[in-house]
Amino acid sequence: MMFDFLVDLTGSPILAGTIQSLLPLFLFILPFALFAVYLERKVSAHMQDRLGPMRTGWHGWIQTVADILKLIQKEDIVATDNDKFLFNLAPIVVFVGSYAAFAAIPFSSMFIGTEMDLGIFYIVAVTGLVVAGILMAGWASNNKYSLLGSMRSVAQIISYEIPTILVMLSIVMISGTMSLHTLSEQQTGYAWNWYIFGGPGSELSKFLFIPSMVVGFVIIYISTLAEVNRTPFDIPEAESELVSGYHTEYSGMKFAMFFLAEYANMFAVSAIVVALFLGGYQSPIGYLGDLIGAKWMIPIEQFSWFTIKGVFFVFVQMWLRWTLPRLRVDQLMAVSWKYLIPIAFVNLIIIGLITLL
Amino acid sequence: MPQDSVLNTKSSAVRTEEMVLNMGPQHPSTHGVLRLELTLEGEIVSKVVPHIGYLHRCFEKHCEAMTYPQIVPYTDRMDYLAPMGNEFGYAIAMEKLLGIQVPERVEYIRVIMAELQRISSHLVALGTYGADIGAFTPFLYCFIDREKVLNLFEITCGARLLYNYIWIGGLSHDLHPDFVRKTLEFIKEFRPNLKEVNDLLSHNRIFIDRTANVGILPIDTAINYGVSGPNLRGSGIKWDVRREDPYSIYHKFDYDIPVGEGKYGTVGDSWDRYYVRVLEMEESCKIIEQALEQLPDGDVQSAIPKRIKPPVGHVYARVENPRGDLGYFIISDGSTSPYRVKVRAPSFVSMQVLNELCKGYMVADVVTILGSIDIVLGEIDR
Repeated sequence: MMFDFLVDLTGSPILAGTIQSLLPLFLFILPFALFAVYLERKVSAHMQDRLGPMRTGWHGWIQTVADILKLIQKEDIVATDNDKFLFNLAPIVVFVGSYAAFAAIPFSSMFIGTEMDLGIFYIVAVTGLVVAGILMAGWASNNKYSLLGSMRSVAQIISYEIPTILVMLSIVMISGTMSLHTLSEQQTGYAWNWYIFGGPGSELSKFLFIPSMVVGFVIIYISTLAEVNRTPFDIPEAESELVSGYHTEYSGMKFAMFFLAEYANMFAVSAIVVALFLGGYQSPIGYLGDLIGAKWMIPIEQFSWFTIKGVFFVFVQMWLRWTLPRLRVDQLMAVSWKYLIPIAFVNLIIIGLITLL
Repeated sequence: MPQDSVLNTKSSAVRTEEMVLNMGPQHPSTHGVLRLELTLEGEIVSKVVPHIGYLHRCFEKHCEAMTYPQIVPYTDRMDYLAPMGNEFGYAIAMEKLLGIQVPERVEYIRVIMAELQRISSHLVALGTYGADIGAFTPFLYCFIDREKVLNLFEITCGARLLYNYIWIGGLSHDLHPDFVRKTLEFIKEFRPNLKEVNDLLSHNRIFIDRTANVGILPIDTAINYGVSGPNLRGSGIKWDVRREDPYSIYHKFDYDIPVGEGKYGTVGDSWDRYYVRVLEMEESCKIIEQALEQLPDGDVQSAIPKRIKPPVGHVYARVENPRGDLGYFIISDGSTSPYRVKVRAPSFVSMQVLNELCKGYMVADVVTILGSIDIVLGEIDR
């Protein structure tokens, strides 16, 4: 829909495609990163009985802009022993990996990067690109800490992709679609149509799904937390052990790219959880646009709902980060392989049986 | 990747190499400028060699060029998290050498200061330990309380970190009129805060998983190495200089000596060492409350000698610092400056067991273990 409109506007499908693909970046990722960094600082500050940034603007609201200006001015250091090509490529690959995921995220019924049938599949695939970027960064840095960090990171992301995918599969089994857009459309109506409450409809199977769905939701949230390397799973960049892991050697804008990718990723995984379990862009309480008869308001409301839900889960990620200690690398693997994956499998089987009934 | 040593395994098909990893001196969790040379097999540590001396300031040699009272501010700079304890030990050694009896009030104030210092020092130990394990929030919670202790020191002697307060034969200042009230207020506020830190960190499942059964220090190893303080008590031995070799007026107070019990793992693991510190802060609160209650009146400077020229001889005195048994050995040749000052630094001794503790654990555990033995590099290097 958005695409048709842009084709009409510009007269060229290529131009329209370019604009549409850039829209999430400029409309969403960059402003969100600005906001999320500020939020992280404020959340951590208030949790720790501090004020956080207060000097740059009202309650320090332009702190992130100041940070970015600082990062732009920084010297771009490339050590002599670095593998120059991979070193320069790595931040781009990492950023592209997390940015590409936004193509399939349904922000509202009118605004989705590309409406593909294999949305879930696509997201799992492109976020896998981040792993390659991290490995490149660790290797090319020629620093033992970076290498250890990137090795851990790769092991961690790959391990935690399995429970994520298993939970996604269970949703696919119920809904019969891999498109995040269709999935969000299915959960229309009110909050009880969300998949965490068993999905749309009112037959018996819906109520049977509820416990499995809650378990699935918890599993996917934990494993996405690990996939974006947030505490208690921030082992790749474990500050107290590995200084800052794979991006220790990076400075200036290259570091900013990693940083941006991290925050973009935080929202991306929250968005996936929201789209799968919490109705995507659907309002839990109906639309104001319906009430007053202004249809054009609905996509805007949907966008707001989606952002609110996504940001809420980003906030929970921050909350956890500033509360919990960090696991050790073997314990982290144990959580995934000994607990999450078996539970996710059993859950998948239960959902399969209920679907068959 | 540059490899320093090559380990050839028996099967020639797979060749594995050891990796030497330099940890520090610029590293967020080596607690100062300590450099650890870790030999790793994968992520498993096979050897730890500490390299020290980055903070060496020639304390002992420097003392020989100064008069006895001039040394007091220099003792502050050894264990900079517990300067009161350092001064206390030096003052006791000098008074023993000079044969001075200090007034009762001085003794009480010294004990109060030393125990407040113990609280503030353990708060730093706890906070940084949490930060080592990835929990950054308890760190700041601990620092809020430490700040209150520093404020108490500030109203007492004007300094917040290096006090120069406990002098030979007396104190530099008497207590501030508000000190007693403010200290009692602090203890009242501190107890619930300590509980909060316990809820947030000590009994957190992830924290326990990271620290219990990690870096177990058996009793005999601890004794053989001469480990003292909370590290020794963490291994389950009820040994405290305040009890074993009483100094000052510690015999007048009623307090317990907490020991490690292996609540979540083995006796002598990192969690035990950590938790002994938590319990010791509560005991320090008890001592401070009793001392404030009994605090006599008097002059704090009456016993300070005008000119310090001790008789020829030597003296050894020790105190229980937050980090363990701090000993001063002073040789006097009858002049105004010492012939030799030797310090037995508890951190230096505790650090020696690092290799024993870390063997077979992972890199992440080295940080855990190093944090749990709570070293201060200022004291190790002197």
